Amino acid sequence: MDDARIARRGVGPRLWLAGGWLLLALLAAILAPLVAPQDPLAQDLMLERLPPFWLDGTEPGYWLGTDSLGRDLLSRLIFGGRIAFIVAFAAAIAACLVGSVLGLIAGYFGGWADRIISRIVDIWMAFPPVLFAILLVAVLGTGLSSVIIAIAVIDWTRFCRVIRAEAMGQSRMDYVENARIAGYGRIGIMLREVLPNVVPSIVALLSLEMGIAVIVEAILSFVNLSISTDDPTWGGIIAEGRLSIHQAWWVLVFPLITLILTVLSFSQFGEALKARFDPVLR
Amino acid sequence: MSAACLDIRSLSAVLPNGQRVLRSVSLSVQPGEVRALVGESGAGKTMIGKAVLGVLPPSVRIAEGDMLLEGEDLGQLQPKARRTLIGARTALIPQDPLTALNPSRRIGPQMTDRLVRILGWSDERADNRIRQLLDEVQIRDPERVLKSYPHELSGGMRQRVLIAAAFAAEPRLIVADEPTTALDVTVQKQILRLIAQLQRDHGTAILFVTHDLGVVAKISQRVSVLYAGKVVEEAETAALFAAPQHPYTRALMAATPRYTDPLASLRPVDDAVLAGLAAEIAAADQAWRRPHG
Repeated sequence: MDDARIARRGVGPRLWLAGGWLLLALLAAILAPLVAPQDPLAQDLMLERLPPFWLDGTEPGYWLGTDSLGRDLLSRLIFGGRIAFIVAFAAAIAACLVGSVLGLIAGYFGGWADRIISRIVDIWMAFPPVLFAILLVAVLGTGLSSVIIAIAVIDWTRFCRVIRAEAMGQSRMDYVENARIAGYGRIGIMLREVLPNVVPSIVALLSLEMGIAVIVEAILSFVNLSISTDDPTWGGIIAEGRLSIHQAWWVLVFPLITLILTVLSFSQFGEALKARFDPVLR
Repeated sequence: MSAACLDIRSLSAVLPNGQRVLRSVSLSVQPGEVRALVGESGAGKTMIGKAVLGVLPPSVRIAEGDMLLEGEDLGQLQPKARRTLIGARTALIPQDPLTALNPSRRIGPQMTDRLVRILGWSDERADNRIRQLLDEVQIRDPERVLKSYPHELSGGMRQRVLIAAAFAAEPRLIVADEPTTALDVTVQKQILRLIAQLQRDHGTAILFVTHDLGVVAKISQRVSVLYAGKVVEEAETAALFAAPQHPYTRALMAATPRYTDPLASLRPVDDAVLAGLAAEIAAADQAWRRPHG
């Protein structure tokens, strides 16, 4: 019965399509050395700018063609997924932890705690996020951990604002008042009565944030501020593709499609999960 | 006479702008008694209940007066001791059963949690107690209900659960805040009957907040009529209905719609009565302000 109800509201296909793509991309990234057809770093100037498989002049084993140094595009995308997913998970979870805890405190306790946290969030959000990220990475130095820290530092406010608003709404509910009358402590009420009701939103935001982290990482790679330039990253491939757009459009287009599909899947997956697990919406 | 279950002595509460929302309210609830608190919306009935239970909105400040719960002055207690006392001796039957249960937790744990965590009962004792109470509120399939999420139950069912939860810890005083207002008319009657039944069986005192004089007549022994945060009349319920003293009470009774002639009988409170009330309130405020600056 549950499945029927979900399918009727279109949650099923969304969940499975988005989840399917993410699972495929994640597995490919994890198993990259096994599934990538070529070495992503191997250059071969004899094979430069091979087109994708359905055009003339291709070589077998180079499905999506090669870039201007003759490196296999598909293999580079698969290996680039490793960094994309590591950044997505680590940065989103870090941002989620910081933002949700502060948002919960601000929304539930209100008063001074809320005023201080909200002011910090306001100031934080006045910084242009991408410039802020570039600045942070420039200060911290390039590298995987700097990128993760930069994204978490910028994007915790997204969690904080949403969770604050939700916790605020929750703390006005009668069951919270009832718990107070019964004699529960404030922190106990926050964790037992308020938190479970904001978890669906946290899950949805977490997934959305993973998509955003993928984009930010790509932007940082694009401006050459992410990881060492040897490792392929989606943003890095896009940056290279931009230079040879007239000679080899596929070097730009395929990483873009990968990026878009991944980011879209993260956001849709989150929404679908929320709808699936929210007892009130369900 | 033994100590009242609840004794409120000239309680005044003010908003930040200095306006009084409760105007020297005095009322007492004897052990095992149902005390009705009647008045129109915004008269401060709910505010009195919240004050007793210690959950006034942060903007409302108690400016004066005492509240004694079984002889213990709530104002003299440390906040923690006050919370513990209120938690152990009182309970609330809320107005809206739809928002009074946590939507993301199953009914069973929501009901037993309080007994186990706050009152230190064993899991088994709490579970037995809850089942007994569910039986008392005539829930025939406790297994299903205990496993349900609130949204899987009807409004009337949820209110039964809340009534059972309120009586579970054997409180001395229950504040029932318009417990039937949010329900279907057909369900209202059953719920009212249940509350009355459990009240008799358990001997619990109830402060019954309502705007419905019909409910007052059915359930309460004594009644306070509230207008703009001021008690304008207080009487035995039977006496009040036989011979209302205050013009406002008389106007309220006259305003009760009658089924025989609903349109003609449905009329607002008379302007002259309202003017009298306004003068009464103004005089009371003046008298109050003098010593309070």
